[in-house]
Amino acid sequence: MDFTYDDEQQALREAVRGLLATAYADHDARRRTVADEPGFDRALWGRLAEMGVLGLPFAEEHGGVGAGPVEIGIVCQELGRVLAPEPYLASVVHAGGLVAALGSPEQKADLLGRLSAGEVVLAAADTSPGGRWASRADGVRASVSGDTWTLDGVADPVVAGGSADVLVVTAALPDEGGTGVFVVDAADVERTGYAAADLSRAASVRFAGSAATPLGAPGRDLAPSIATISDLTRIMGANQSLGVMQSQVRATTDYLKSRKQFGVTLNTFQALTFRAADMYVSLELAHSMVDWATMTIAGGDREAVAEAADRVGLEVSRAGRHIGQEAIQLHGGIGMTAEYAVGVGTAHLEVLDQWLGNAPHHLSRLAGRVTDHELVEALS
Amino acid sequence: MQLELSPADAEFRARMREFFTTKVPQEIRDTVLDGRHLTRDQIVESQRVLNAEGLAVPHWPTEWGGQDWTDLQRHLWHEEMQRAGVPIPLAFNASMIGPVIAQFGTEEQKARFLPDTANLDIWWSQGFSEPDAGSDLASLRTTAVRDGDDWVVNGQKTWTTLGQHGDWIFTLVRTDPEVKKQAGISMLLIDMTTPGVEVRPIELIDGGHEVNEVWFTDVRVPGDLLVGEPGQGWTIAKFLLGNERVGVAPVGATKRALAGLKTVAAAQMEDPMVRARVAELENQLLALELTALRVVAHSAGGEPHPASSVLKLRGTELQQAVSELALDLAGPASLASRADEDSPQEGWARRSAPTYLNFRKASIYGGSNEIQRQIISRTILGL
Repeated sequence: MDFTYDDEQQALREAVRGLLATAYADHDARRRTVADEPGFDRALWGRLAEMGVLGLPFAEEHGGVGAGPVEIGIVCQELGRVLAPEPYLASVVHAGGLVAALGSPEQKADLLGRLSAGEVVLAAADTSPGGRWASRADGVRASVSGDTWTLDGVADPVVAGGSADVLVVTAALPDEGGTGVFVVDAADVERTGYAAADLSRAASVRFAGSAATPLGAPGRDLAPSIATISDLTRIMGANQSLGVMQSQVRATTDYLKSRKQFGVTLNTFQALTFRAADMYVSLELAHSMVDWATMTIAGGDREAVAEAADRVGLEVSRAGRHIGQEAIQLHGGIGMTAEYAVGVGTAHLEVLDQWLGNAPHHLSRLAGRVTDHELVEALS
Repeated sequence: MQLELSPADAEFRARMREFFTTKVPQEIRDTVLDGRHLTRDQIVESQRVLNAEGLAVPHWPTEWGGQDWTDLQRHLWHEEMQRAGVPIPLAFNASMIGPVIAQFGTEEQKARFLPDTANLDIWWSQGFSEPDAGSDLASLRTTAVRDGDDWVVNGQKTWTTLGQHGDWIFTLVRTDPEVKKQAGISMLLIDMTTPGVEVRPIELIDGGHEVNEVWFTDVRVPGDLLVGEPGQGWTIAKFLLGNERVGVAPVGATKRALAGLKTVAAAQMEDPMVRARVAELENQLLALELTALRVVAHSAGGEPHPASSVLKLRGTELQQAVSELALDLAGPASLASRADEDSPQEGWARRSAPTYLNFRKASIYGGSNEIQRQIISRTILGL
């Protein structure tokens, strides 16, 4: 049992942190970037590709680096720390994860190779309007004629869907055949992009007889695999939230030490320092759960990963809301402004939760299983 | 980063689990697991079983029975004890005065007290708090005045936990009223059978007799029972209280209590609201347990992880929250808390209200949770 990073992981953290600091050290740079299409910095995306970060999760034979979950978690934490709008979770972890899990060798070599090289952006279209974290598709239907597949329906929100070159789409198979996954060229769909509360980008995507290629062998019900990739994305999203929360606590602490009211700094008031202490408690508990869930992935057991995703999802959602709300409150008015990172960070925490799974969702799933075990075991 | 225990640590844990579940009398473990009160004899018997195996004081120096374990091994030992319902070795002996005597005592004091302390042949009480010196311990007023070779002690201590069982009491006393208040404090070991020592029970809100007042009237204490130097008491107290914080989050016991509720209130586990409360608590306990492991993992170099102060704060909150759940699950049955043993209400339900009330202490003792927030905000966040 070991909760510490090795030297290589530490070096990766410093390298990614260094690169992101050149881009987003001050929050204004982030504001400028999200103001214009595509909502992220393509040059920075290219530099992340050069560093091998975009190919981190994928096998070397597919153009990737073959790193483990801890390394990917480190990248997500660093992205969260500066609220980087680059669609790493959506494109690399989620859509790339689906391709890596389900694609044929040729599809993996092609799509993951180009994704790792920064040549294409992928996005996963797996949510229907009004849909809620389901691994069974209900908004998009697949049809087949001979060997030719087409899709009809709407997916929304598709995170990074507006800037994606290739969409990885979950769709209901004909004849109640379950849920398949398809690759669709973004040129073959109708897209309407928009910004979420944190100014990151998503899109509404309409399929109207759009040409689609099954990922891997056609016609299989892939719902269990889709669920697992969602769980993995949830855990990496929790890593990203952790980075945000660390920045929120630090910014709030700094602010309490520097801001003067009534002639003294705010940390003179015990009511405020106690609230900051409680934020720290939430942060450290969430940090422990994030590390644990990330390490659980390495065990490779699908049910263990599902359990870990629910547990970390619940903990991080609770912590994120507590820390995000308190960060704004303790900053006072400045926390409400778009020019200051704290308020946007709070929005980002919510966007991650509502996209990947919020607290009631995870709690409901855990509650359903509560009598299946005697004790929750931290160590196997 | 790696989740699994090393083979050696896994084997260590298995050895602990086997010993605790087979060698400590079942009746004692059932008493703990059912949440009933242990008798003095049960606590003594259990500690002697552990001590015979070298498991009562593993964190002491090896020459006095310590085991030279890693922090992780000590953590596993502690968790497995709680999981099996084995009473934790009496904290006053094992965690407080034992390490103090080993660190600050004379060779004569070590030889005289440490073996008996480890084996619970001496039952120690703690004489720190006073009516006007709780969290502000340095304000204590009990005095010790030199008279020849002896000290003469006068004053009053309070919140002396299990003092009714005590053979000896380690006390902080004011030996020099002229200097800065921290500098005038010394530590004395006092035989509780000495004339002038009087123990008076304090009745608590749960109806139990757990704490006491201890009064000292012209109590003569031989000079060789001073620990360390005169005026060194504050330093010793800080050392002792630092030890007290280790293992202060009763994760294993709280997990066990929550799991027990799933069994005794099985019918209510069909209620979605109840299931949600259990699931939420299980998750919070997991986060706390993992934090304890992170702290242990980082403590290897001797420096405690800064998150260690989270453990007491959150550990006691969760201990209290589980006692609240038990009370809510008991419902009307909880009114029978002082009914006779032949009550038709189940034991766990009858105990739920006293337990809930009793655990209100957890966020007060050992440095109140407000003190913990102060530590976090000052020493970790620099506020």
